[in-house]
Amino acid sequence: MTGSVETPTAVQSADTQLYDCRDAFENKLRELASHDHRIVAVVNDSVGSSKLNQFGQMYPVRLVNVGIAEQNMVGVGAGLANGGLIPFVCGAAPFLTGRALEQIKADMAYSNQNVKLCGMSSGMAYGELGPTHHSIEDMAWLRAIANMTVIVPADPVETAQAVEAAATTYGPMFLRISRLPVPIVHGPDYRFQIGKAALMREGSDVTLIANGVLVARAIEAADMLAKEGVQARVLNMSTVRPLDVDAVISAAAETDGIVTVEEHTVYGGLGGAVAEVVVQNRPVPMRILGVPGVFAPTGSAEWLLEHFGLTAQGIRDAALDLIGARA
Amino acid sequence: MIDTQQVDAQKVDKLRKMAAAVRRRDLQTVNRAKLGHVGGEMSATDILVTLYFAVLHVDPERPDDPDRDRFILSKGHSAVALYTTLAHRGFFPIDQLDTFAQPLSKLNGHPDRNKVPGVETNTGPLGHGLPVGVGAALAAKLQDSSWRVFVLTGDGELQEGSNWEAAMSAAHYKLDNLTVIVDRNRLQQGDWTEQTMHLEPLADKWRAFGWSVQEIDGHNIPQLLQTFSSLPFEPGKPSCIIAHTHKGQGVSFMRDRAGWHHKVPNAEELALALAELEEVTP
Repeated sequence: MTGSVETPTAVQSADTQLYDCRDAFENKLRELASHDHRIVAVVNDSVGSSKLNQFGQMYPVRLVNVGIAEQNMVGVGAGLANGGLIPFVCGAAPFLTGRALEQIKADMAYSNQNVKLCGMSSGMAYGELGPTHHSIEDMAWLRAIANMTVIVPADPVETAQAVEAAATTYGPMFLRISRLPVPIVHGPDYRFQIGKAALMREGSDVTLIANGVLVARAIEAADMLAKEGVQARVLNMSTVRPLDVDAVISAAAETDGIVTVEEHTVYGGLGGAVAEVVVQNRPVPMRILGVPGVFAPTGSAEWLLEHFGLTAQGIRDAALDLIGARA
Repeated sequence: MIDTQQVDAQKVDKLRKMAAAVRRRDLQTVNRAKLGHVGGEMSATDILVTLYFAVLHVDPERPDDPDRDRFILSKGHSAVALYTTLAHRGFFPIDQLDTFAQPLSKLNGHPDRNKVPGVETNTGPLGHGLPVGVGAALAAKLQDSSWRVFVLTGDGELQEGSNWEAAMSAAHYKLDNLTVIVDRNRLQQGDWTEQTMHLEPLADKWRAFGWSVQEIDGHNIPQLLQTFSSLPFEPGKPSCIIAHTHKGQGVSFMRDRAGWHHKVPNAEELALALAELEEVTP
């Protein structure tokens, strides 16, 4: 493989314990804040939604609560950055991104301010609360904006490293932090790099490209496929912008097709980003798994993931279908 | 012994002449580019010139000085007035104004902080300046720094709800290092503000949001100087200056005419306007 990743980084035996990535986010932010006084957090009322209660207890002045006002929150973040601070602007992803999109575009991205936007409980994590509370368009919206870096960590290990990378790398960024319980998929030697895909499983028959909470399911699907004699490569594409173009082209060149998997609409997200590279460089068959352009019906987050086939079984079926179509 | 009144008179005279020079260069720039928003640029000019030549602690040689005062033009469509003021203040050569709106010019139709020294944030869509100003003022407070933040908004712009989110938070955080100046020219793009969407009682609205408010004549330079020197109006509160102005101020046939929001003066109109502005300050 000629891409940026050489050795699989996934832990070999499945850890059965599940984690809420917001804990890793908050722990790392508090640790970084202890030695970098420029780090501040900005929230819109819901300190608990971003799990920032402990941060607020340790750094009460550096937890800026603007109330329920997302447009102002992002503008305030840009102003804090103008004043030399490093604001982590945290809120429930659907409201943070949808309500404040013009502020994200003009005040953060076009102004090129060093603001770190943290979209909590992204995807369909709010389940039964319904489509108003689902954030399944944020990757498409934010990756369309120039200057933006868009990161979707897969587990607590990667979340912590992504927070550190965000704090130490200049530029407007969006971190998409889930509340859905996920297993640890990265080993202790894993080193997250902005813009680099992580190779989770080597394979030459088909490539599964996932991010966020669905990486663990893609790995599980690869294990199922392996038992059926299909060697699936698995990439954790945690940075959606800038995309790891080399890893995508290598996957297209070295395997028979690509299945993308995202907790997001299939319009313009991870699948769209990968397809843009594939069709212009190395066309191969693809399947784009996600929410198929509908508002989700009522159901828990777990039920909705199953409903839309975003399970190990669903990913395995899509991969076999893809290879079958190719054969 | 120095006569302070004499010094002040000289200072005021200098500012008046500078404001006339900025207005002339603004109109020439807009005429040349066939693009601009002269109505709101003329209404804001006396405020901009007074700030940049007598109030703001800024250094054109060090536009990124961390301790500089921040000025944010929330009404970004008045970009030419800001560019012209910045150029006269030495942030970039005055000749560069000739590139305004030309392909690849650093001087876009709306200001870009990454291209123009002295610009703090990219504006254009309305209702963006004050939230950013709140953040910058808060950054000063959090770091025990003494810089101040000034935001110039339009009046029609205050119909955007984001301003009021920001107004609420500025009072909550007791940002007495933050001043908003409302360019109250009473006109928005198509009509009078009060015909389009009532803003009055505007001063009472700001007071109700926790701001200390003064209403002044935004073209009266001694009054502008006096008002800026008395900031903050009250300790622990953000300050709001409602500057009563006229769109197209300085040019009789543009004054108070909604049509001159973004109309471009032709050669004949430009000559008439320049002559009027020469008369004001020979």
